[in-house]
Amino acid sequence: MEVEAMKLLASALVLLPLMGVGIGLGLIFAAYNLAVGRNPNASDVLEKKFWLTFAFVEMFGLVTIVAWALLFFTA
Amino acid sequence: MADPLHQFVIEPIVPLNIGGVDVSFTNSSLWMMASIGVSFVLFNTAMRRKALVPGRLQVLVEMFYQMVSDMVKSTIGPEGRRYFPLIFTIFMLVLMGNLLGLIPYSFTYTSHIIVTAALSFMIFLAVVVIGLARHGVHFLSLFAPAGVPVILYPFLVPIEIISYIARPITHSVRLFANMMAGHIMLKVFAGFSVALITTGAVGVAASAVPVLVNAALIAFELLIALLQAYVFAILACIYLKDTVEIAH
Repeated sequence: MEVEAMKLLASALVLLPLMGVGIGLGLIFAAYNLAVGRNPNASDVLEKKFWLTFAFVEMFGLVTIVAWALLFFTA
Repeated sequence: MADPLHQFVIEPIVPLNIGGVDVSFTNSSLWMMASIGVSFVLFNTAMRRKALVPGRLQVLVEMFYQMVSDMVKSTIGPEGRRYFPLIFTIFMLVLMGNLLGLIPYSFTYTSHIIVTAALSFMIFLAVVVIGLARHGVHFLSLFAPAGVPVILYPFLVPIEIISYIARPITHSVRLFANMMAGHIMLKVFAGFSVALITTGAVGVAASAVPVLVNAALIAFELLIALLQAYVFAILACIYLKDTVEIAH
């Protein structure tokens, strides 16, 4: 197979880990919403931790996007 | 499709060369000076009146101060007061870098791994040097948590060391990847808009859609800029906590 085709294939395959990132983000939002739903005072304690964990999980998604861009747009 | 990676190219504005080392004043340096200028002007103008009942601008800078102060106090404790200027500087540097990068035709210096890695590795070096200076060899007990059966130490200590060394890497890559991916997304949708215009009358009407998506993306990028500056600063606080007291 030619290099160009392999490059495009690789840049598509590198996006597969976004599945895990989506599941992880859904779990974080679900946990925060459930906790605040049962005890609205919990939002004072949980809000900062929520944004912190969101940033951690989002990092893996964005590293994946950077890898896609580097594969797709370079020769 | 236009190249979305072109926006990250560093171009020298004033080429300088000292002894074979390239120390030109680049667009990255220009925007770093712009971020220092903006924070300097912001804080000076806001605190000019030093009112006891603050106006809106003074409330804004007091909120920045209080946020970083609470972050340092709650993470490191009362001994962390000496690290407050460092954490505040890091927070404002990263925040201004992220925010000024959202201006069209500007340059995001935090989207380069060399800038974020320099910050992360300096913090890592500071933690190791200050930790070794204050606690001596006892600093290495960081890698041997208490309450572990002795038989597990040959497996646990290398894992702890590797995860400790991974800290500056993940610290820097987090900020770099967030900024780079965000700006690539913005550039990709802008390219869609330009490409649609060239396809004719229907294309000109349809090219409004990527612009709307871009508007939503810039709102998201604003949130990410603030969030990533906060995450960078609070992780620096957590890593600096190891110099004050050895965890585990």
